[in-house]
Amino acid sequence: MEAIYLAIPLASLVGAIIAGLFGKQIGRASAHWVTSLGVATSFVLSLVVLKDVVMDGAAIYNASVYTWMVSDGITFEVGFLIDKLTVLMMTVVTGVSLMVHIYTIGYMEEDPGYQRFFSYISLFTFSMLMLVMSNNFMQLFFGWEAVGLVSYLLIGFWYKKETAIFANMKAFLVNRVGDFGFLLGIACVLMYTGSLDYYEVFGQAGKMSSATMEIFSGTEWSVITVACILLFIGAMGKSAQVPLHVWLPDSMEGPTPISALIHAATMVTAGIFMVARMSPLFELSEVALSFVIIIGSITAFFMGLIGIIQNDIKRVVAYSTLSQLGYMTVALGASAYSAAIFHLMTHAFFKALLFLAAGAVIIAMHHEQDIRKMGGLKKYLPITYWVSLIGSLSLIGFPGSSGYFSKDAIIVAVQHSTIPGATFAYWMVLLGVFVTAFYSFRMFFLVFHGEERMDEHTRSHLHEVKPVVWVPLVLLAIPSAIIGWLTVDTIVFGDYFDQSILVLREHGAMAALKSVYHGELGFVLHGFSGPAVYLAAAGVGAAYWIYMKNPSFADTAKSKMEPLYRLLDEKYYFDRFNQLVFAGGSRATGTLLWRIGDAMVIDGLIVNGSARLVGWFSGVVRVVQTGYLNHYAFTMIAGLILLLGWALMG
Amino acid sequence: MAIALNHYLVLAAILFSISIAGIIINRKNIIILLMSIELMLLAVNLNFIAFSHFLNDLAGQVFVFFILTVAAAEAAIGLAILVVLFRNKQSINVADITEMKG
Repeated sequence: MEAIYLAIPLASLVGAIIAGLFGKQIGRASAHWVTSLGVATSFVLSLVVLKDVVMDGAAIYNASVYTWMVSDGITFEVGFLIDKLTVLMMTVVTGVSLMVHIYTIGYMEEDPGYQRFFSYISLFTFSMLMLVMSNNFMQLFFGWEAVGLVSYLLIGFWYKKETAIFANMKAFLVNRVGDFGFLLGIACVLMYTGSLDYYEVFGQAGKMSSATMEIFSGTEWSVITVACILLFIGAMGKSAQVPLHVWLPDSMEGPTPISALIHAATMVTAGIFMVARMSPLFELSEVALSFVIIIGSITAFFMGLIGIIQNDIKRVVAYSTLSQLGYMTVALGASAYSAAIFHLMTHAFFKALLFLAAGAVIIAMHHEQDIRKMGGLKKYLPITYWVSLIGSLSLIGFPGSSGYFSKDAIIVAVQHSTIPGATFAYWMVLLGVFVTAFYSFRMFFLVFHGEERMDEHTRSHLHEVKPVVWVPLVLLAIPSAIIGWLTVDTIVFGDYFDQSILVLREHGAMAALKSVYHGELGFVLHGFSGPAVYLAAAGVGAAYWIYMKNPSFADTAKSKMEPLYRLLDEKYYFDRFNQLVFAGGSRATGTLLWRIGDAMVIDGLIVNGSARLVGWFSGVVRVVQTGYLNHYAFTMIAGLILLLGWALMG
Repeated sequence: MAIALNHYLVLAAILFSISIAGIIINRKNIIILLMSIELMLLAVNLNFIAFSHFLNDLAGQVFVFFILTVAAAEAAIGLAILVVLFRNKQSINVADITEMKG
């Protein structure tokens, strides 16, 4: 099996290298063939491993395949931990990635950077696989940074576009903040356990929870709380949680396929995966879990609100992604790790679907992204319409769809959680359901229904996208619709994660959730006894009423609630604040250091100053050099007499 | 009054001082400079001969021959340089030669 484990990430890497280094030589068609085949190989092998682990019940594989170095007793290794959590992630990542590869063939066909794009997304698949398959913190960090790098490269893929360069710089910088916390967290773990291996660290988790550390003198901190919060700060950067969420909406400057793959389905869920993987640590710190659940609930609700007023089709979906990541984080905080991973999986399918469908709309509209200039696209793009409907229904949690199972599981789990902050989180996620339904169907109605607001030229060219674009949509629509029904029993309520995820007895949210569960159908029916389904229906109804029946209402509401609209339009002033305080502050510091430190002290005082000193001194000395021979002769004789006199006297 | 060693030494010292003054005060002619240098050497020679005579050591007189030889060679070279200098600058005025002015 080890050869297969090794082949899974390497197949993608080989594709990335061939397309990246020899893209010009092998041409466009070969570039997409070689990368797609690489990722397809990874996907098929992942399925083999999935069957081996889940169906045949293979034992957990945990071994290193290569020792990079040993320094001061710490081993830096490349190794794989293959358990049920890993295989689930592997399959989702490679599956979505394969769909995106196929879709890209159609989406990017006219782009001059075709081979480069394929190389990047294949490299991303490799990095993400290294991240999820890791059995130690070193490799986790490698994958973490590698996906960040590829994300940076892909946001700025159209490097001649000013806004894209701004966005990728922003993503890079914000992720630096998160990664700094993550690195400190790993360092903290290493310091107190002396190991980077997951299982060894988990084995010493008890020791870490009883130890305390002094960060500022006079304050005692529990080591495990500090480590978990630092690790979670890393997750906040990668998974775009408030206040490190600001990069994700801007990352939509990149091509749509990567918005689907990286900034919705896979990379941004790395933080969720990491926290779930670290459950033996997080479980021991009540404070860290509380922190997680509050950050998550703020993200889930308030980011959804911004989605309501966005007019760019991709940005609506981006804010929806932020909100859904908030849901997953809330589930983590409530110790419902399996519900979080389950939502991660369903979300990967339906959000990739929604993004790719948005991309299909964008192609059909000739790169118009403003939903106010769309409308009535249903009759021109029937396939895209139906898959978008499936995706949107899954997103809002239509009973029976994938999103319903995962989101309802989270809501019920949070309701039963006893972690401080859980009550707040419960209200946030509940209200979030209404908001989600509202913005999703606002977009859906504005794009596909109502009057046709595009210009005549665009309308005359509207037609259904090519099969290479819509086939992946259909392939993603199928799991978006049914995978929840098929797997909820095993993943959330079964013992699927028993060996991967640890939940302490006192964190009873999952246990309470299991107690109300009586089969898939029972769970669907149980949903009707809670408020979530009705809230979602109300959201859809409100969107229908406002955007289909009373189009003037939105404008009236906007002018009536001007301050609220301004607040949302400015995204709670996060961007403004960062721009002013952090960006402006560091630029002011830089200017200050440049003016005073560089221009004045170094250039002025040290470099030019020493030259000027030498110049001044030589000016003084030059007066002595008259050039008259007798002056020199006199000086020599006078000197000689002085020396002789001194010698004779002495 | 017998002529003693100190008389010779004083004479030599006077000659030497005159030659130094000749070098330092003179700003006109390079030939005078060369002459002053010759005079300086002669003052030294006088010292050598005086000491040689009063100390009964012939080595001093041998040295004088060497110095005379060197002085002759030096004068020849000095005059040759002077001729070349004149060709280049059309002047042998000391005040005109200030190439080393900083």
